[in-house]
Amino acid sequence: MKRYDAIVIGGGHNGLVTAAYLARAKKSVLVLERRPRVGGAAVTEEIFPGFKFTMFSYVVSLLRPEIIRDLDLPRHGLHILPLESTVTPMENGDYLAAWGDHDETRRELYRHSPRDAEAYDEYGRLMHFMAQAVKPILGMVPPDPTSFAPGDLAGLLKLGKHFRALGGERLHALVKLMTMSSADFLDEWFETDVLKATKSASGIIGTFLGPRSPGTAYVLLHHYMGELDGVFRAWGFAKGGTGAVSEAIASAARSFGAEIRCDAGVSKVLVRNGRATGVVLENGDELSAGIVVSSLDPRRTFLQLLASNELPAEFVADIKRFKFRGSSGKVNLALDSLPSFSCMPGIGRQHRGAFSISPSLDYVERAYDDAKYGEFSRRPYMDIVFPSMIDPGMAPPGKHVMSIFVQYAPYNLNGGWTDAKREAFGDAVVNTVESFAPGFKSKILHRQVITPLDIERITGLSEGNIFAGELALHQLFFLRPAPGWAKFATPVRGFYQAGSGTHPGGGIMGASGRLAAMRILKDGGGA
Amino acid sequence: MSLRTTPFHPRTGPLSEGQAWRRWAGYVVASAYELSHDREYHAIRNSAALFDVSPLYKYLVTGRDAARLLDHVVTRNVGKAKVGQVLYTPWCDNEGKQIDDGTISVLGEQTFRMTSADPTLRWLHLNSSGLDVTIQDVSETTAAVSLQGPSSREILQLAAERDLSALKYFRLTSAKIRGIPVTISRTGYTGDLGFEVWVDASQAVPLWDALIETGTPYGITPAGMLALDVARIEAGLLLIEVDYFSSRHALIEAQKSSPLELGLGWTVATDKARYNGQAALDAERTRGPAWQFTGLTVDWDSLEQLYAEVGLPPRLPSQAWRTSVPIYDRSGNKQLGYATSGGWSPLLKRYMALAHLGSEHAPGTEVRMELTVEHRRKQAQAHVTPLPFFNPERKRA
Repeated sequence: MKRYDAIVIGGGHNGLVTAAYLARAKKSVLVLERRPRVGGAAVTEEIFPGFKFTMFSYVVSLLRPEIIRDLDLPRHGLHILPLESTVTPMENGDYLAAWGDHDETRRELYRHSPRDAEAYDEYGRLMHFMAQAVKPILGMVPPDPTSFAPGDLAGLLKLGKHFRALGGERLHALVKLMTMSSADFLDEWFETDVLKATKSASGIIGTFLGPRSPGTAYVLLHHYMGELDGVFRAWGFAKGGTGAVSEAIASAARSFGAEIRCDAGVSKVLVRNGRATGVVLENGDELSAGIVVSSLDPRRTFLQLLASNELPAEFVADIKRFKFRGSSGKVNLALDSLPSFSCMPGIGRQHRGAFSISPSLDYVERAYDDAKYGEFSRRPYMDIVFPSMIDPGMAPPGKHVMSIFVQYAPYNLNGGWTDAKREAFGDAVVNTVESFAPGFKSKILHRQVITPLDIERITGLSEGNIFAGELALHQLFFLRPAPGWAKFATPVRGFYQAGSGTHPGGGIMGASGRLAAMRILKDGGGA
Repeated sequence: MSLRTTPFHPRTGPLSEGQAWRRWAGYVVASAYELSHDREYHAIRNSAALFDVSPLYKYLVTGRDAARLLDHVVTRNVGKAKVGQVLYTPWCDNEGKQIDDGTISVLGEQTFRMTSADPTLRWLHLNSSGLDVTIQDVSETTAAVSLQGPSSREILQLAAERDLSALKYFRLTSAKIRGIPVTISRTGYTGDLGFEVWVDASQAVPLWDALIETGTPYGITPAGMLALDVARIEAGLLLIEVDYFSSRHALIEAQKSSPLELGLGWTVATDKARYNGQAALDAERTRGPAWQFTGLTVDWDSLEQLYAEVGLPPRLPSQAWRTSVPIYDRSGNKQLGYATSGGWSPLLKRYMALAHLGSEHAPGTEVRMELTVEHRRKQAQAHVTPLPFFNPERKRA
């Protein structure tokens, strides 16, 4: 039987990144993916003939540029296209728009508030500094603050120096971002409600929190850290959808010699004398390897792939406490033609950017209220893009696909999710869009509604949390996924974790997968 | 008299959002139609970009000795070319130094269309004594658009109502688009799948409309010179007056280059009768050219480091640059050559440059490129990279 240097469980983008880096370092690597295709939550599927849906994740900005270069992803088909504008329709028929051109955006903002138009630049400058302040952390293995090991101390020292160098003003702002609600944080800067509502929406994505919940300001920053061509906060759309990102990484991994097997779910990690020695597939086959890496979320990695007696009881308790609470759904539509929004009638460049359904802070907070008490939002927050307007290849010529990210849809819905509830949720989404774009519903050729339960069922992400674990402060950095085990190793020797449930967390970022590979190679890499 | 507008101007003029125009051979063409050229650039690699390339100089060369004349002028073998073929070729003075580069389309046994960046009528006449040939300057009467990108073939097939899948790279065919007679050549300046459409100037506007209407569901995007400049660097295609100087404009010997020094050795035929520069080029080939024209990739970590030293994130050029930049050896002390074009590739996520270096510096050699970081001269680490930077299979497929 062939023995691999490393087996990677899960062919999501992080698992593939780990595999590619290990293979690049001349390790023999096997990736095992349960589904018929790689990608995990970054997949593009032709659900309706001729229409390609970015099933779950739909935009790219957090993908680390060093990964793009190290793995030469453009050569493997990666092409990230700019997504420049955001239009927020308001309940009174007006709108707020942010365009690719800075002057145009400022003039638009001036229409709503001359004061905010000026504050906007200063705010942008601060967030630039904040993103820069956090950037080194993204590329760093979290040191354990309770440890006196030389590596940890060196890491802490480096961090301490880094934060001291920020200076008082920026350090204070960073602490505020780490502790405040996005609504409160934005209140310090702006007076225009629709502006605050739209900006605060970045702070609630993937969390079970509302814009007025403390901790959301950090998530806002997390979404600011995306970097395209050295510019922070630049969002893009991958040609071919996010599935093309996964395919490019998979192709790079293969070019380095990695083997990728689909339809190959793993049921157990084999452990002998406290050391991982291989895996058992769902079909009963056993495969052996020097090391095993799980890119699944922490719950499945530790509570499903391992027997609990193989782990310290306290660690198991920590993992059981790790919060998922999926709160997002997705509605993907095939359209006969593009909808015209009544705030900005007609078809135009606005369709090449995002539409944010976040007309006011109260609107977004009320959407959360519904979810807090176990219901999906009757009028949800939505982030809408038309992928076919950016990459015409996503739909037949002249036709379109529409990707609607929806919050909130609680995993633990009152009475549980049923087919009827799913359709009712889908109706709430399209009816809300219809209220901003009359006539929209008649253009729908096909509708795919995805609840958190569906996300869990299809991708395996526990409770359908898109970040493989909430991006809450108590679950970040050296606490992700559990105190003492944030450095990609696990209590089982030769068993590593590499998914978004580890530092620095979710989004199509690949940073967890890369850092895990670095750690593994430092440890000797199974060979 | 002010600068001229091209036959497509009735359509391209109103598209210009920022009134950003660039001079080209006495005409104005769009630098970018939108305020930023980003989307126009991405259209080249993602869907299809439509460029107005009418300012090119164009000459119709006909007659019994037409091929003989062209063979005498250019370095490639025109006599061997078949009807329907397009040749990319440089041409040289008697010392084998490059005058210009362009294309020759073989429209018929005795009919050729030559394009050039500089006026070439006088040079053709000077070389035609005793030959039975007619040379017409059709620069103003022939308009041209270039449709470049992965969707270009699909769009043109629909517009021309004919199968273009058999039209190979650097071949041409005549066709009709909505009844308008055109020549379609599978050529371009982007290193991608792409075509150029040649039309009588009087039919330019209806041709433009037909292409835009057909192409809109496929994402056709009018694009300007800024976008083209990034794409041509990715494709490793050189530009006259930027990457080299015409030997007819050079003021000193050192400003001249031979095709062998410009990476165009493959265009210098070894199997044809006497042509301008032949003896010099043969001799240069034997002894080996002193210079090479090559790619450079600036190392990201080095760039990041240089900016981090002053507390900034790396600043990337937002447009392709075209200035001369010194290239040094890895010690940073000895100058090895100079880069003449460069920029950031949004597709490849690489900082690339086109450079003239001594022939001995093989691909992979570490060099240093001069860079100004916050008003101070620095040197970024870079590596010699073979051209092109980007060469998709679809270009020839």
